[in-house]
Amino acid sequence: MIAAHLPALQIVIPLAAAPLCLLLRKGDLAWALSLLVSLIALAISAVLLSQVLAHGPISYELGGWAPPWGIEYRIDVLNAFVLLIVAAIGAVTIPYARRSIADELPESQLGGFYTALLLCLTGLLGVAITGDAFNLFVFLEISSLSSYVLIAMGRDRRALTAAFQYLVMGTIGATFIVIGIGLLYMATGTLNMADLGARIPALGANRTIIVAFAFLTVGATLKLALFPLHFWLPNAYAYAPSAVTAFLAATATKVSIYILLRFFYTIFGPAFQAEDLTLHSLFIPLAVIAVLVCSTVAIFQINVKRMLAYSSIAQIGYMMIGVSFDTVTGLTAGMVHLFNHAVIKGGLFMALGCIVLRVGTCQIDDLAGLGRRMPLTMFAFVLGGLSLIGVPLTAGFISKWYLVQAAIELDDWVVAAAILGGSLLAVIYVWRVVESAYLRPAPENAPDEVSEAPWSMLVPTYILIGASIYFGVETSLNVGVARAAAQFLLGGAG
Amino acid sequence: MVQRHFILRVTTKLLMPFILLFALYVQFHGDFGPGGGFQAGVIFGAGFVLYALIYGVEAAEKVAPPGVIRVIMTLGLLLFVGVGYFGLFLGGAFLDYNVLAHDPVHGQHLGITLVELGVGITVAATMITIFLSFAGRNRT
Repeated sequence: MIAAHLPALQIVIPLAAAPLCLLLRKGDLAWALSLLVSLIALAISAVLLSQVLAHGPISYELGGWAPPWGIEYRIDVLNAFVLLIVAAIGAVTIPYARRSIADELPESQLGGFYTALLLCLTGLLGVAITGDAFNLFVFLEISSLSSYVLIAMGRDRRALTAAFQYLVMGTIGATFIVIGIGLLYMATGTLNMADLGARIPALGANRTIIVAFAFLTVGATLKLALFPLHFWLPNAYAYAPSAVTAFLAATATKVSIYILLRFFYTIFGPAFQAEDLTLHSLFIPLAVIAVLVCSTVAIFQINVKRMLAYSSIAQIGYMMIGVSFDTVTGLTAGMVHLFNHAVIKGGLFMALGCIVLRVGTCQIDDLAGLGRRMPLTMFAFVLGGLSLIGVPLTAGFISKWYLVQAAIELDDWVVAAAILGGSLLAVIYVWRVVESAYLRPAPENAPDEVSEAPWSMLVPTYILIGASIYFGVETSLNVGVARAAAQFLLGGAG
Repeated sequence: MVQRHFILRVTTKLLMPFILLFALYVQFHGDFGPGGGFQAGVIFGAGFVLYALIYGVEAAEKVAPPGVIRVIMTLGLLLFVGVGYFGLFLGGAFLDYNVLAHDPVHGQHLGITLVELGVGITVAATMITIFLSFAGRNRT
């Protein structure tokens, strides 16, 4: 009986736990509850993915109202994959957050922190699971509002301006999305995404639909920080608490890419873009610029967190390249990288959080000599860095391999060269950290008590870093599911 | 200071019960006419805001202590989610009101009333919290 309700439970268990965390007030109790909830969410998402792979899409009618009138939760291969990514990162971040957050926030804010984190998790899972366009907007706002709060909790005062900047940009993005959804509703009279997908082709080249498409595209692109719309991201990631950066970097932009895919393929359908608009002629240049420019900017950062944030924008460029190719290989590559980058960047930001806990800052000069003082943390960083570059036997290599393959399939040698060029730039910025940590002596005035990070933070870090190696060798989960999702999207299944 | 704004003070005191009563009317008449939890919550919260504006933040915090309001804020959401879970335990879908009572019509009625009450409680408490935290910012 309970199995039939898993789609609803995926969302409402974290949702119900969030206010309870606020009532518990005590940091440790709220943490324990959050941990329990995140593990349950991970288990549910794993069961859902296996059910979808075995029996095809699942539909859940919320409140017993049949779609397209009621809100439907609809899970296919694509969003089961995204749900698993978000839930897994949540379940790894929360054990990690305990020490990291206790160090960065005052005790009185801990209950509120876990409330906001669970709400953010709820929102991101909700965006992924829902089959209703307006419901998607509501969940997007839940996750965005809670992430503004989480970012503003950073102990640096600049966190406030970073959160405010993100709030302004994020709200513009969300408003564009809701305008787009409103226009679609105006033209079709329905909000259910599958129903929208069925009705839009019949309307032909309707101007309302094209304007809706433009609004939705720009809104989603703002949220996922594609190159010219990325200005909110570096500060938000740099000044947020470490655990929050790890969580958001691994989930928020990924879910936004999912939104874009859902709009493009389920609502508008591949035919709409091919006939009426040639989006890849817009997206591919922007994505290539993102890869090259932001990787270069990353090289010149002195704050390692900011460096990784710029690297994230470049990696989003890779995903967008894959997604814009509009072929099975391209979409597979984009989604494989979505998964791999979540794991890699989550792990890297966690390693950085360990450094922040012990050293207090993450300026590149303060990392001098850390290779000897925090060997495990720095080793994790190096492994994650190798994966980010795309060295063989790491997850990053798998992503780059499929991306280049997709580019060559289309004879797009410029893009293939840009992908490889981006990797070379990644070598430079990762090397700067390695050089500082291993080849430079510790400064004379460095505090002596700098030691290895606690196990409660190292274990989650190594789970993600280990995963980034594991998925470079055993690719049945990431590549297999991504390919199934790509075939599902392009198969015109709606 | 104490004796200033005499007319405003008296009028506020006279209006107060009507504002709160109107909020409750909008709340519970919501399923027959215009209204509902959000609107009712805003009106209810506005009553407290008016009280705080005229009598001062300290007086308002005596009526609505921030700690208590915080608890009430979460209880509203828990009521909403709780109704959803209750439908689930009774064998329906999440938020399925049909199973809440002996027949679907009564179930729908009960369900929407409780859920809107949850919305109203949370909205009122949130309005009050937002106002009091901004108004009380310069103290302490």
